[in-house]
Amino acid sequence: MRKSWWKYLTVSKLLYVIVAGLLFDAPRLNILNETIRALHFHVPMWFGMVLLLLLSIIYAIKYLISGNLKHDAMSVEFANVGIVFGLLGIFTGMIWATYTWNSPWSNDPKQNSAAIGLLIYFAYIILRGSIEDKMTKARVSSVYNVIAFFALIALLFILPRLTDSLHPGNGGNPGFNAYDLDNELRKVFYTAVLGWTMFGFWVATLRIRLKFIELKRNEYI
Amino acid sequence: MKQILAETGNLLWKEIKLELRLKYALNSLLLFTGSIVFICYLTFINIIDKHTWNTLFWIILLFSAVNSIAKTFVQEGESRNLYYYFQVKPISIILSKQLYNTALLLVISCLALILYSLVLGNPVEDIILFCVAVILGVIGLTIPLTMVSAIASKASNNPTLMAILSFPIVIPVLMMSIKLSKIAIDGLDRSVASDEILTLISLNAIVFVLSLILYPYLWKS
Repeated sequence: MRKSWWKYLTVSKLLYVIVAGLLFDAPRLNILNETIRALHFHVPMWFGMVLLLLLSIIYAIKYLISGNLKHDAMSVEFANVGIVFGLLGIFTGMIWATYTWNSPWSNDPKQNSAAIGLLIYFAYIILRGSIEDKMTKARVSSVYNVIAFFALIALLFILPRLTDSLHPGNGGNPGFNAYDLDNELRKVFYTAVLGWTMFGFWVATLRIRLKFIELKRNEYI
Repeated sequence: MKQILAETGNLLWKEIKLELRLKYALNSLLLFTGSIVFICYLTFINIIDKHTWNTLFWIILLFSAVNSIAKTFVQEGESRNLYYYFQVKPISIILSKQLYNTALLLVISCLALILYSLVLGNPVEDIILFCVAVILGVIGLTIPLTMVSAIASKASNNPTLMAILSFPIVIPVLMMSIKLSKIAIDGLDRSVASDEILTLISLNAIVFVLSLILYPYLWKS
């Protein structure tokens, strides 16, 4: 109980987000209307993804320094869950865009960079699959992980500068800017960001524990 | 420092000598670029839109670059790598490969530009700025591609792996170069381009430093 308090917190946060996000009053904004509720489910996916991928590169660097296969296992599992969050982010965004932009994909720079970012991490998984030797696999994929994260940062900074984004809050669109968010919405949104991020972290820790057992059984650690 | 420079110079000289002795590699590369340019000419015949001209040129450069750099680390056999391991620092190896690839690609892009302009016309108004864009773009392609080629050579080393690992990573540089060369084609004032030039230079610098830090980890096995 003492160790797992944050798991209970996560569950209660997410229950609150689902109930409050779907049922509470939402502010009426032009174009957005009721779709503003996607804020509690779509945006937190990106927060979760960036945090998980950040943890992944940190453990990749740790592996390169220490050579401990435990760090590599953590790095790859954080990346895996981060990719799932990215996919969920893209799909929830596409559902939302169907109703506000009239098409699931409309050459929005943020959509494009998210898609390319996912391509980079899919390549990471394929790279891992193509190497047999455990040590070589860990070392080579850690190096690629570091490059991938920097490429992701470059994407997030560069592509949006080329054209205006359609996203709310960009290019004169009505948005979830600080002054647009009313207090009720903000409370749910911040809870959602924390809740979903912690949920992602929780899933990753479970997968890491499985991986550790597997490593122990094969006597790698 | 002095030792690294000396080693880099020696390795670079070795690369050039090797390339001149094995003429078929260089010739096949030139033929490859020439063939793509000619295919583009036959399929388009006449390009009216300047933007299409520009994009097509960069795509030709990208494919030539991936093709020429993919073989960078393959030609070194297992025993020669072992020999290097005792003789030189890893930084000298990656530096010499990067320098050599950049020089090779600059020559190829120069020839490609001449041939391309010859058959499809040349709408560029500010040729100096266009050359700056090509030089910065080629450097920006070579550095990450050389690194990815090193990664792919550690894996099963099929050409597909090289492509899927590198394409998403070089997109930021490619987009930025295309934007910069578009300014040159339109003949806008050079002060407009300073932002793009600075971004490209800083991107190149980051990837360069990253490759110098990461290559030693990749190398030891």
